Amino acid sequence: MAGLGGRMSTVVKAKVSKLLDRAEDPAETLDYSYQKQVEQLQNVKKGIADVVTAKKRLQMQESTLQQSVVKLDTQARQALASGHEDLARTALERKNVAQTELQSLDTQVAELEEQQQKLTDSEQKLRAKIESFRTKKEVIKAQYSAAEAQVRISEAATGVGEQMADVGLAMQRAVDKTENMRARADAVQELEAAGTFDDITALGSGEDDIDRQLKQLSSQPAVDEDLAKMKSELGVGAPEAAQIPAGEQSGEAAAQPDAGAGS
Amino acid sequence: MIVRISGEDQYELPDDDAGELGELERTVIATVDEGRDDDFPSAYAALVDFVRGRGTPLGEDDLRGSDVILPPSDISFAEAGREFTGEGLIPD
Repeated sequence: MAGLGGRMSTVVKAKVSKLLDRAEDPAETLDYSYQKQVEQLQNVKKGIADVVTAKKRLQMQESTLQQSVVKLDTQARQALASGHEDLARTALERKNVAQTELQSLDTQVAELEEQQQKLTDSEQKLRAKIESFRTKKEVIKAQYSAAEAQVRISEAATGVGEQMADVGLAMQRAVDKTENMRARADAVQELEAAGTFDDITALGSGEDDIDRQLKQLSSQPAVDEDLAKMKSELGVGAPEAAQIPAGEQSGEAAAQPDAGAGS
Repeated sequence: MIVRISGEDQYELPDDDAGELGELERTVIATVDEGRDDDFPSAYAALVDFVRGRGTPLGEDDLRGSDVILPPSDISFAEAGREFTGEGLIPD
């Protein structure tokens, strides 16, 4: 069993026995160990609070994006109804980006929810083990006989130490996941700040960098499909089959980001 | 034999199950060593399910340490690769 699982228990056992070997007074070590455990539990609680905060932040972004999707869809319809197909296309492109972000946020919120649940469960188990350790250490101290006590202390401390290490591991994984999601949330916020999901009527006449970047980002077929669907719903002309003639150069050229030539 | 599934519970298994557990573990390690990431999730799920199925969960006031500690049941192939080759789940 050396491969998969041995390592963690070996490390915990080594740490515990090192602690006990150093101890001149096992009773004192027990109290110290208990105190450390209680402190650790506080850290776990803080960690759970961090995960909850990250989740709330993502949920807030979700509701903002949902509003944007509805608004952009309405605007696309209005634009199309009044014969502004270009404007409708821009709105649909933005809606497409917002929807993609929404899907990704959904997954991440669900994942954080799961992490939160797991951490809460682990915290409860750890709390129970620590409480049990507290009782046990008092019994050991009362019936203290050095040799025997050393063994029993070691057993109890290993059990709690292992549980603590395990909760620590779960925390670390949750924090890593939260970090990823924080980066994700920041990226969405940057898109928001850049006006990606803004009201298209607030736009000036010319295209800016963001527009061009968006066109590269957004998946063209999906937008074409949306547009065609909307047209048939509104009864505006025949659904257009958007075709890019083979060998057309401008498409390639437009795909190059033209930094600095923005406004 | 006490087995912990990281992030979940500790289970007590009959000592006789050690052989079968070891067999399942070798299958998991083989998928990692051979880079078969498609086969990893089912191999690892089989190992974890075996522990859950054969074992009895340890009470929360039971302070015994584990003989075997398995990584979390939702461990990814990449994480597993690091666990088996790197410094492990619990760094010093």
